[in-house]
Amino acid sequence: MAKVDYKVLVGLEIHVQLYTRTKMFCGCELAFGAEPNSRVCPVCLGMPGSLPVMNKQAVEFSILAGLALNCQIADFTKWDRKGYYYPDLPKNYQISQYDLPLALNGYIEIPLKDGSFKRIRITRAHLEEDAGKNLHTAGNFSQVDLNRAGTPLLEIVTEPDMNSAAEVRTLAEELQRIVRYLGVSEADMQKGHMRFEPNINLIIEENGKQFRTPIVEVKNLNSFRALENSINYEIVRQSDQFENSRIELEMGNKSTRGWDDAKEVTVLQREKEEAHDYRYFPDPDLVPVRVNEQWLNEIKSRLCELPFSKRIRYTTEYGLSNYDVGVLTAERATANFFEATIAAGGEPKRVCNILTQIGLKLANARGCAITELGPKAADIAQLAQMAQTSEISATAANTILEEMVNTGKGPRELAEQLNLIQKSDAGELEAIVDEVLKNNSQAVADFKEGGKKSGKARGFLLGQVMQKTKGTANPKIAGEILDKKLA
Amino acid sequence: MELISAKQLRDKIAARQTSSVEATKAVFARIAKIEPIVGAYISTFEEQAIPRAAEIDKRIAGGEKLGQLAGVPVAVKDNMCTTFGTTTCASKILANFHAPYNATVVEKLLAADAVIIGKTNLDEFAMGSSTENSGLKQTVNPWDTKRVPGGSSGGSTAAVAAGLCYAALGSDTGGSIRQPASLCGVVGLKPTYGRVSRYGLVAYGSSLDQIGPITQTVEDCALMLNVIAGHDTADSTSVDEKIAPVCDYLAKLDEPVKGLRIGIASSFNAGADEQVRKAIDEAIQTYKKLGGTIVEIDMPHLDYAIAAYYMVATAEASSNLARYDGVHYGHRTRKPNDYIEVYTKSRAEGFGKEVKRRIMLGTYALSSGYYDAYYLKALKVRNLIRGDFVKAFEKCDCIMMPVAPTTAFKIGEKVDDPLKMYLSDIYTIAANLAGIPGISIPCGFDEKNLPIGLQILSPAFSEEKLLRIAQMYEKQTDWHNRKPKMGVETQLKIQFNG
Repeated sequence: MAKVDYKVLVGLEIHVQLYTRTKMFCGCELAFGAEPNSRVCPVCLGMPGSLPVMNKQAVEFSILAGLALNCQIADFTKWDRKGYYYPDLPKNYQISQYDLPLALNGYIEIPLKDGSFKRIRITRAHLEEDAGKNLHTAGNFSQVDLNRAGTPLLEIVTEPDMNSAAEVRTLAEELQRIVRYLGVSEADMQKGHMRFEPNINLIIEENGKQFRTPIVEVKNLNSFRALENSINYEIVRQSDQFENSRIELEMGNKSTRGWDDAKEVTVLQREKEEAHDYRYFPDPDLVPVRVNEQWLNEIKSRLCELPFSKRIRYTTEYGLSNYDVGVLTAERATANFFEATIAAGGEPKRVCNILTQIGLKLANARGCAITELGPKAADIAQLAQMAQTSEISATAANTILEEMVNTGKGPRELAEQLNLIQKSDAGELEAIVDEVLKNNSQAVADFKEGGKKSGKARGFLLGQVMQKTKGTANPKIAGEILDKKLA
Repeated sequence: MELISAKQLRDKIAARQTSSVEATKAVFARIAKIEPIVGAYISTFEEQAIPRAAEIDKRIAGGEKLGQLAGVPVAVKDNMCTTFGTTTCASKILANFHAPYNATVVEKLLAADAVIIGKTNLDEFAMGSSTENSGLKQTVNPWDTKRVPGGSSGGSTAAVAAGLCYAALGSDTGGSIRQPASLCGVVGLKPTYGRVSRYGLVAYGSSLDQIGPITQTVEDCALMLNVIAGHDTADSTSVDEKIAPVCDYLAKLDEPVKGLRIGIASSFNAGADEQVRKAIDEAIQTYKKLGGTIVEIDMPHLDYAIAAYYMVATAEASSNLARYDGVHYGHRTRKPNDYIEVYTKSRAEGFGKEVKRRIMLGTYALSSGYYDAYYLKALKVRNLIRGDFVKAFEKCDCIMMPVAPTTAFKIGEKVDDPLKMYLSDIYTIAANLAGIPGISIPCGFDEKNLPIGLQILSPAFSEEKLLRIAQMYEKQTDWHNRKPKMGVETQLKIQFNG
């Protein structure tokens, strides 16, 4: 049996729909799910005589994303026409950027399970307009909905630096976080705001010899699950295919496949990469874009701290676990709220626990962001302080937060109202301990006997004290009193 | 009563010496008689025009201050979008196309209270020099109905020459305003690229196309430019008025340009007919008498203009015309077997021969492997030609040359020889490549009584000076007052109040 080993190579093309108010080259509002052909005008319909006018916000969003992806931002860029005929493309050319993309040569650091990072190189990112949608539900005819036509898309292309489906998924998720942090895209998968096209092949090592399998591009994936599964499927399929056919990568044998979501298989679309001639040329209807220092700096000033930096900071500054860091940085709103709570005096780990254990649970149950729950960062900080100083127990803190959300009242008011302030008054606790000892002579006897029974008895007695105080006794102080009395 | 100019009519309407309704009715009466011979219009709007004229008259009577073209019947080339009527581009593929919006220039004409009476014929998608490439009808030259009116704005120039409107708009990609103006004996101005919004002008060669006025006089030309010039946020290539201000082109029109330096290259006249050359020489003599001096200029790259033009224009056209596919609007083939046939058959049936020829040329020029040798090379030539003009204008205020090498040629004479037809534009193309303004003004007649045009080119955004230079000549000559014989008996009769 030959010794076979393989390495996976995946590069990714990602189309991100930008969260601009209007389309890329006209004033139509972006709309999801609107009546077909209701968000259109002469420009995005490609009517004779109409002319495109560049959406400046889309360019700024793209530059912002380019900066976040550590790209060089072009100081001069232009618009090109990419010609091809398809019914969903009203002008039969797409306005795109060919040889001078807005952003070049960047990278993205993706978090690995062990808390380390892997750098994936970004080849380029350019801006283009989306096409419409062909509908095939009208019998003998196909219909075209052009609501989506002209929507600004940022196309990001990576180098083939990913070596597993899991890494690709991580990159996709990290990219989703980045564009959401920046506010340049809603990145809502359900609405098709992010579409993926992985290029996959294997380097198979057999008895010390290397073979490369032909590259397969899987088109138009719009969920993380489909992305991950299609790559895993391809790894097996390509490995099998190589075993059977021994076909290696060569010029022109790249093929295109689609993903069948129901059968969970990739399906061949085009055997050989057709010699596409898009007849690119500069669009004479649009003027080139010059990004000067001043404009670039103005856009730079809108950059925020990205998930990558936050993760490092939360780990090193606050000593939080990888898991907690992941949860807190998943959404910019959560991270901001966390940071605001710390700024208001909450101890980071305590705040982290309150937010991750109960806060996010409450938010999820209500289908809202943590910032929309009601309690302000200052309230949570106060709650965290109360728990930190043992004024309330950790369990009580969770109860109180839930009530804060329900009632809109402050943490102290609720702690008092619910009688959750821990009893730390030695005199009062001493009387309760005395009563417990008096009523439980068997447990006292068990304790005095020593050995195994002793610890159990102590636990029982302390439990009785907590029960009598309805959980409000400070367990540390109550324990000390108990130990003194039993001694 | 002689056919008066647009400006004269406007002033008379404003002074209530006549009315817009009278003028409009008179124009339609003339159209009824002469248009069947000339064939200048693809569509006319009598039913809408008369009530509009009446409304304008009413507003004038009410003492309202109206726009610069208040009540004046004008025509628009049928490659500019209008919400009323059709916008056909003289193509079968758009024969029934109703635009959902008005071109910016149309909006401006309406805002200036003009009465748009019809849309004029052209070479299909403005591709041609004789209007013979119209897919819908034939327009003839009012000076000789066996001859072409020139093109592609032949409908507009014929309409103005024959008195079927007071002024018109044309579009000029390689000479399509100036050449037919010359052949029809009217004034035609191609403004600087970016001076007039292209929004709503159905694109042929986007980096070359420019809308401009076609009029009876230089003064009318200035008036029309006043109405249509200016920045438009809907056209990214229209120029910021802070960089190139628009002015009142009428204000100083009668001020002669002092110390006028006229650039002439000896090579210019080489290819022109003798009678054309003679007329141009005489025109230049007239300018000399007016104080002009002649400066010899060198335009070393002009020989390559036609070649460069046919690469740039056809490349852009091949992309611009991709949208006419039978899917979204326009002609669709009857029984396609699949969606590919919707494209191939609709386009095969809808486009005429010349349009197909140019689409093929342009597609070829943009194809991978050929792009550098053709399109990119043409852009380089274009830059050199632009440079030639910049250098020349360091020495002179304007450049004079013929508009066309010949007067109007016979219908059918050049249709089977596209290359010969392309050479009709030899003098006009360079201005489009360089983006500079150019005007054609009547400067004589040949022995067949066919009009000859003088072309004057000037630096970018110097229309004000260009019009003044043209006006100097017009004031000294009578060519612009000659009207074609046809329909003399039906010359407009305008009744004056009081």
